[in-house]
Order: sequence, then C-alpha cells, then structure tokens
Amino acid sequence: MLFRLAIRNISRNRRRSVMTASLVAMGALALLLFGAFTTYIFAGLETGLVQRGGHLAVYRSGYFLFGPGNPAAYGIDDYPAVMRGFGDDPVLRGMINAMTPTQAVVGIAGNFSGDTSASKTFFGIGLVGADQERMRQWNEHGASRPYVADDRLSDPNASRGVIGRGVARMLGLCGPLHVPNCPVPEAAAAPAATAAPLEPALADLAHEEQESQPAAGAVPQVQLLSATANGAPNIVSLDVAGVDTQPVKELDDNYVAMPLALAQQLVYGRGEHKVTGIVLQLHRTEDVPAARARLLSLIAERHLPLEVRDFQELNPFFVQVVGLFSLIFLFLALIMIVIVLFAVVNTMTMNVLERTAEIGTIRAMGVRRGSVRRLFLAEGAVLGALGAALGVVLAFIVIALVNHSGLQWMPPGNTDPVPFQLAWPTRPVLLLGTWLGLVLVATLATLPPANRAARSRIVDALRHV
Amino acid sequence: MSETATPPVVRLEHIARAYHTGTVSIPAVRDITLEIQPRVFSVIVGPSGSGKTTLLNMIGCIDVPDSGRVEIRGEDVLRLSDNALADFRARTIGYVFQSFNLIPVLSAFENVEYPLLLLNVPAAERRRRTAAMLDAVGLAAQARQRPNELSGGQKQRVAIARALIKEPALVLADEPTANLDSVTGAAIIALMRRMQETFHTSFIFCTHDPRLMAEADQTFSIHDGMLL
Repeated sequence: MLFRLAIRNISRNRRRSVMTASLVAMGALALLLFGAFTTYIFAGLETGLVQRGGHLAVYRSGYFLFGPGNPAAYGIDDYPAVMRGFGDDPVLRGMINAMTPTQAVVGIAGNFSGDTSASKTFFGIGLVGADQERMRQWNEHGASRPYVADDRLSDPNASRGVIGRGVARMLGLCGPLHVPNCPVPEAAAAPAATAAPLEPALADLAHEEQESQPAAGAVPQVQLLSATANGAPNIVSLDVAGVDTQPVKELDDNYVAMPLALAQQLVYGRGEHKVTGIVLQLHRTEDVPAARARLLSLIAERHLPLEVRDFQELNPFFVQVVGLFSLIFLFLALIMIVIVLFAVVNTMTMNVLERTAEIGTIRAMGVRRGSVRRLFLAEGAVLGALGAALGVVLAFIVIALVNHSGLQWMPPGNTDPVPFQLAWPTRPVLLLGTWLGLVLVATLATLPPANRAARSRIVDALRHV
Repeated sequence: MSETATPPVVRLEHIARAYHTGTVSIPAVRDITLEIQPRVFSVIVGPSGSGKTTLLNMIGCIDVPDSGRVEIRGEDVLRLSDNALADFRARTIGYVFQSFNLIPVLSAFENVEYPLLLLNVPAAERRRRTAAMLDAVGLAAQARQRPNELSGGQKQRVAIARALIKEPALVLADEPTANLDSVTGAAIIALMRRMQETFHTSFIFCTHDPRLMAEADQTFSIHDGMLL
C-alpha cells in the first residue's frame, strides 16, 4: 500500500514529477556515460600494457629499483629451469596465457652505412617473437584493435628487429626504412649533431662488425654496442625490419627491440646466457593477486633470489590515469548528487505543502508520524528509482549509438587513432551503484520535507488551505 | 441525562485551551467539564469563534488542552505517547470533516478501506467489510470512483463510511453538512442517524445546522469557550 500510494501521489502533478525524474535520469545518464568512457579507457590502456609487458614480471631481486642501469648484473640464472618450474605448477598452469623471457640491454646504437655515421644511446629489449605474437592477441576486455600478425621479430632470423621512430630519425634511417612523416636532419646538423660520438676504437670496432656481416641487400642495419656482464665491450649488427613507434617520446627515442638470442649475445657474449625478466601474461587480470602470491610462494620454496612485479607497478602511468579519471568521476558524481538533491527537495517540499491538509487528515485517522515520513520517503525513492531507471535505458541507447557512429580518437598512450567506443556499463559497481546511489540520494533528499510533514501539528495541518 | 452504569465515552475535567499570538493569549476553551454517554447523538453548538471546534479537537485527541484531564472510554489520553495516541485514534475515533478530506489518489473503496489497513486487518476481511460499508451508505456502484468523480453528498457518504468502517466508539464530525445543499444535508443527517443506531456508536457534532440540532440526544452550548 505504501508504494502504491507513493506511485499515485507522484502522478498527481505529472509535469513536476516528470521534470524531477528527468533530472535524476540525466544524472544517471551522465554518470553511466562517463563510467562507460572510463571503463573503456582503462580497458584499452590495460590491454595495451598487458599485450606488451604481460601481467607479471619476475626479476632478479633488486632489478626493479637498480637493474635498468646495469641489466647485465641482474640476470636470472638458469632461467629455463625457473620457467619450467612456473609452467609446471598446477596452480599457475591454468592461469598463464603466455610466459616469455626478456633481456634488457642498454648501449649505443650506430648507423655507419655509406656516408652516414650516426650513433646514439639506446634502451633495448630482447624478446621471443612467437611469444610476443601470442601476447599481442590477448583481449580479455574486447578493447584491442584487430590483431595484425607481425613477424619482424620472428625467431628464424635471429638478427632482425625493430627500432623506435625517434631512433630511426636520429640514426638517419627514416629514408631507408620509408618512414612517413619522419623528418631527415639537415646536412649541416646531421647526423653527428644528434649522435653521441663513439670512441675512435669503438667506432673502428663497429665498422669491422658491419663489414664482417654479409650484404643485407636493402635491409638497413644498425650496430649495437654494449658492455658484457664481464665489462668488456661487445657489438652486434641488427637488421632493422621497421619502426615501432612508442607512445612516450623518451622511449621512442631510445627503443630497440631484437630477438632474445641477439640481446643475450650482446650482453653475455660467450658466457652463460641469462635473462633479466620472465614475463607472465595471464588469461584474466583478476588472477593477478593469486598468481603473484603463488609465484612468491614458489620463489620462497626454492630460495630463488627473485622478485615479482605486476603491470601496475611497472606502469605507474596506468595507475595515475585510473586515479585521474576516478577523481573526475567522483567530482561529476558530486555535481549530479547536488543537482538531484535540490530537484527532489524542491519537488517534495511542494508536495508536502500541497498536501498539508491531507497529512492532517491521515494523522487524525491514526497514522503515526513515522508512517507519514515513510510515505514521503517512499515517494522520493520511487521518483529516484524511475528517474535512474530511465537514465540507465538512455545510457544504453546512447552507448549503442556512439559505438555504431564510427567516431575515432587518440587515447592517451596510443600512437594511432582508434575507434571511439564506450564500454557497456554492465559492471555491477557502476550500474547498480549509479542506480542505487541516485535512489538513495533522492530518498535522502526527501527527508527534510518528510520530517516537516511528520512534525506538523494535526490541527494546524487540517486548517491549512 | 439519565443515570447509567455504563461509563461515559467522553469525560472532560476542567479543560482549558488558549491560543498564543506573540505575547497575546486568546482563550478558546475555559474550564470545561462534561461527560458524554455511549451510543448517543450529541451536538456542540455555539457561534463562530466560541471554541466548539477546539473542544471537538481535544475530544478527538488531535489537540491537547493546556490544563485539565481528557478521558476517552476510560483512557487518560494525555498520558499516552504520540504513537500510542495515534494508535488509539486509529482504533477508537472516526472523523467526518466539513470538507470531506478524502484522499484524492484513492478510490472510494480504498478511502473506506484505509482505516482498516492502519489496523492491520487481513485483506479478505478488509475487502468484505469495505464492500458492506459502501453498500450500507448506498455507494456500492461508485466504489471504483475517485473523490473528484463524486458529488458532495457522495463524498460525505464516503467520509461517513470511512469513519465507521473500523466500528469506533466515537465519531466526531465538524460541520458535516455545511458544504452540502439542504436536500443532501438532510440525507446525510438521516444517514448518520441510521448508522449511529446500526453501529451503536457515539456521534459528536459541531454544527450550526438546526436540523442536526433537532436530531441530537444531547446538546452542549458553548459561548466564549465556556459551556452554558
């Protein structure tokens, strides 16, 4: 009876109730659309990061804080056995989509072909191409761009790799690599002006290395110079199969990806080949805590000097973006709450005023003050529920329209425009949270006028015209 | 008044009530003591501003005297908490208002049924009693109509049915015929008289209507807040 009465009461002044419910609906619509947008952003970012770097990375203890400056000193001993241990574990086995070793390497990259003589520092990574291709197909959230196979790091050719667009630009390789929109330095300034000059002896070494390589036809080459784990200089040639533009300029200006074996040859020479990281990509992101705990347990059991980092630790940018968008969402929610609050308070205050005599009547008939309060609260709740439900329906319609509109945009961390999509707001915390939150706000907004109605004296209320 | 062993349905002892406007105090009821016996048709008469509605409100437990004692069916109502008083009204007292005061979003049936909801009467019994009551006041055919679809006389019949549905000990009516034409007013008076006899309920009216005064078993005249 309470809600039947509430529904009938809010239909008394339809125009006012429709306006109020519409404001609630707009609040729900705004929150759900922004929630859908942020969900899509988070999913897109996470997908990109997990495709490239997996969910978890196992390093030698201390590598995360100190290793990038000297990766050769932080190699994981007998890494195939360690990987087998992880892969054979019955708990981890079901969670892992891909597991692959990586080798970080820092050094100097040079291009000494023809008249060119350019060099610069680089930050390189040695990868297993087939594993990387498997990882690039991970798409748990459906937020990935369509997968396009990339064999530039395929294993059969152990000396073929890719470089960042910035590296190509500074080494004068944009022309040979046919990189569009990649400026070539002017003759006076290039390429020595951009290059870190090599010591004469090392330059000679580089030239010797280049000359020792068989003619590679049209494939440009760079020479990669680094210090081995023993401190001796070492150099390898890399056939540059293309550029892989990185989203951050500093990374793009230093990025070199090469086959794992080549990176190991560069860092360890003839010594034991190790790796700096073992990357694990899981089927589901929600398994990260469990997988991490299991890895730590296995590492402790075997007394291995290893540490585990998840993709959020490795990519603080992701955490910052999530934090920023969450803050904006909170701010938007506060604005919506205030708007809904004022709209409902106004409507319910009018309702109470118009029905003062009726309140007196039902109180005289024996309705308790608390029941009068509950009646008006129910009306506020019904208004909120109907408005929020309308907002949910509208949000789904708008999302469907946007997703079929063909709009494109450049999200943070991307290098190319992608379709502008909104995630369906099906997460209970977003969908139910928005609906319930607005119902709660509408109900609470009714409290002051409901209290006023409940507190009114019966004889005064009955006299009200 | 004849002597009877039955306790009075209403007993007022030295009640007084004043309204305060700023520093000015206007006495509405002054030191009234009265008793009303069960199953009688009583009227309170007096000129406008004499205090009869204030007196009726205090009998109906919707206003509180500044001093004195109010007993309804032997219950000292001034000692009851707000909720207990509301429950007491729900069980014991029915109201008929001058402006009918029906709930506009409820049908005639639902308006009459409403007091039974407050008493948590089971649904089947509610429906049966409501239908019977509407039939008794001659509105069975209008059961589904809302108040705005009823005439003034029909609305007052619904109000009477609503007041009587819970079979209260006391029905209070403040100028119940004031908003009705003479023919309808006469019909309403006749209906109330008949219902009072049928349900053995005490009726107390405030009225200026001489026809209603003529029907009274007991008349209280009030002037300047005092019984004459």
